[in-house]
Amino acid sequence: MTRRTAVACVLLGRAAFAAHRVHAQVGPARLLDAAKEPNNWLVYSGSYFSNRHSLLNQITPANARNLELKWMYQAAVQGNWQTTPLVVDGIMYLTQRPNDVVALDAKTGRVFWIYRHTLTPNQVVCCGANNRGLAILGDTLFMGTLDSHLVAIDTKSGRPIWTTKVAESKAGYSLTLAPLAVKDKVVVGVGGGEYGIRGFVAAYDARTGKEAWRFYTIPGPGEAGFETWAPCPPQSPTYCDSEAWKHGGGSIWVTGSYDPELNLTYWGVGNAGPDWNPDQRPGDNLYADSVVALDADSGRLRWHYQFTPHSPYDYDSVQIPVLADITWNGTPVKAMLWANRNGNFYVLERATGRFLVGKPFVKVNWMSAFDERGRPIQTPQPPGQPTWPGIQGGTNWFSPSYSPRTGYFYVSAWENYATIFGGAPAQYEEGRNFTGNATIPYVPVPGAPSPGLRRGPINNWTEAAASGAVLALDASTGEQKWRFPMTDVSDSGILTTASDVLFTGGREGYFQALDARTGTLLWKASLGAQIVNGPITYAVDGKQYVATIAGLSLCVFGLRE
Amino acid sequence: MAAQNPAGDYTQADMAYGARLYAAQCATCHGPNGDMVGGVDLKSGKFRNATTDQDLTRVIANGFPGTGMPAFKFDPAEFAGIIAYLRNMNTFDAVSVKPGDAERGRVLFEGRGTCTRCHRVGAKGARVAPDLSDIGAIRNAGSLHRSLVDPTSQMMPINRPVRAVTRDGKVINGRRLNEDTYTVQIFDDQERLLSLNKADLREFTILTTSPMPSYKDQLSADDLADLVAYLLSLKGR
Repeated sequence: MTRRTAVACVLLGRAAFAAHRVHAQVGPARLLDAAKEPNNWLVYSGSYFSNRHSLLNQITPANARNLELKWMYQAAVQGNWQTTPLVVDGIMYLTQRPNDVVALDAKTGRVFWIYRHTLTPNQVVCCGANNRGLAILGDTLFMGTLDSHLVAIDTKSGRPIWTTKVAESKAGYSLTLAPLAVKDKVVVGVGGGEYGIRGFVAAYDARTGKEAWRFYTIPGPGEAGFETWAPCPPQSPTYCDSEAWKHGGGSIWVTGSYDPELNLTYWGVGNAGPDWNPDQRPGDNLYADSVVALDADSGRLRWHYQFTPHSPYDYDSVQIPVLADITWNGTPVKAMLWANRNGNFYVLERATGRFLVGKPFVKVNWMSAFDERGRPIQTPQPPGQPTWPGIQGGTNWFSPSYSPRTGYFYVSAWENYATIFGGAPAQYEEGRNFTGNATIPYVPVPGAPSPGLRRGPINNWTEAAASGAVLALDASTGEQKWRFPMTDVSDSGILTTASDVLFTGGREGYFQALDARTGTLLWKASLGAQIVNGPITYAVDGKQYVATIAGLSLCVFGLRE
Repeated sequence: MAAQNPAGDYTQADMAYGARLYAAQCATCHGPNGDMVGGVDLKSGKFRNATTDQDLTRVIANGFPGTGMPAFKFDPAEFAGIIAYLRNMNTFDAVSVKPGDAERGRVLFEGRGTCTRCHRVGAKGARVAPDLSDIGAIRNAGSLHRSLVDPTSQMMPINRPVRAVTRDGKVINGRRLNEDTYTVQIFDDQERLLSLNKADLREFTILTTSPMPSYKDQLSADDLADLVAYLLSLKGR
């Protein structure tokens, strides 16, 4: 062996070691400590506590102006691209419409493989071919599909390992959320709140795809909470559905969180069905518009808190449960932080669900105050009068962030936005739209557009109908610490880092870095299309990257060298 | 705050437009009194398959396969008219509400009304105010009538006038085309497309009053009806 060959062998050995490191499995222990691996983004919200806060600190308030585009990846299918990528040891995995999985080099954007799930022709979805991402466990990726299947895919080959039918897609069930892998299980929930589904959260054996447990978000006869689907009054003057619970909604379309110490998973539950005609389903309608705490092993309900009893306004509680250990009234508290679609910021004790704080972060007139147990005192507006916040909420599914450094909770808010609610009787029919809709957009000029799910690049609804803001709230009180106003509303998630940089996007197509302590703009890039996903950060070869999606483009930024 | 669009709040202009559409498109089957299809009495105000205006719109847009009720391709102004008429068929008095004449309206628009000094239709007129080439497809009759007598009440916020003053004191007046957090795109009074960076401006104001005068006391009721009829005919096709 010559000296040159020997050197080559040593180098190869190092390379082999590096390659081995690169392909290390993502076991349950790594997932538990995901936040301690800031080079990677191993779960949907960055960690089981869903803080979307990274320990990376290479990009700082001082150098953020040196950010530049490093690479892009373009999807081929039109429509809101809501996915959050995972990054594992230099490889990025993400979903694209309708149900593809792409593995690519996180440093260059070059593609390794693409898995394409073939959809059955009968999927029924309300709001487009949305998919919000993946879970990883071991060498396997997990994706929910629009036709209500859960698919396990090999991380290296992109080949399917197993496929399990979760629900009946022709009845309006779909899976759009990123699954949550906990221990040896993969947990998902079902969408379809506009189709009269009976929602549930279910766990599947990660190895086999066999169902391990299922928790119905709408309780049936004999189950606790069933009494909140009250009997119809005799001779009801308006249409009342005596079996409302059977198609009571309660969808789950955003990923939950997990506290390993309490062994609880937390899930935000969507609206009751039909969305806008609460009169036909008397009672509080649990567990619609609630958070449920489920035992990770059994799926048993430990506690719940209902943010909007009776679910009159489509205020899905499909926000990310953010878990944080904070000080509240001078006492350390294991808390859950929650900015709800109904316009209030909440602090709950996450072991018990005890209500600690409820405070509006936008204009709210559907309720006036909370009672001592944290139940809102509702103030329905007279017919024809606007209700704040409007139908899309004070915020929606957009991922917030919590920084333990600042103690602030950051949320994308829709401000000055209202809807005139109204309901019409809805008869349930399998697979058919079941909303009971008679709402009227509250708009500054009759006939003018009001904020909805979609719009082109011209802000024709303007500040007169609604505007957006990033709000920094004191996590223990909900008090606003700063506000970064935006002309247009934002559907973007938020990311914070250990160098106190906050990243977010919005419908205007700007990707922005703010000072997380003050809300001062540090840097922005105009990406030319709406940003409707949550930015992530990761590092490869010692360099920090930030990734976001605008329109059909995944854009990855790093510091200029 | 005043309620918006409560049930029953339909304008005479919309009903009149709807009545004309009904006569042209619906009366062949449903009859002038809405009772020529067996089991259907449109004048009753009760519809078997529709409770809300959205339901009615859906029924008209989709039709009923197998029943002889076809799907209708109406634009929003037409839907607003036909629904206003269907909701008020029983009480609407076609005799007392005089429908306008679109051709007379065109002559008025281009002549005595001096509308083309600011507005453009097709290749005629100035561009300072919004182009009206397809206004009849996107605005209903009631809104168009109100635009003529109380322009500010109907001005879309996106069209609001903008006044900007640059750091060196230059004043720019125009109409807003688009706006975001950092910039605003306008059409100025010199007919130029300008994109302004807000950080470069000393003053930036979005006005909420329309620069268009009210024609309430300048034009007769018949003139206004003619103008509305003309504007409704502008479908941009």
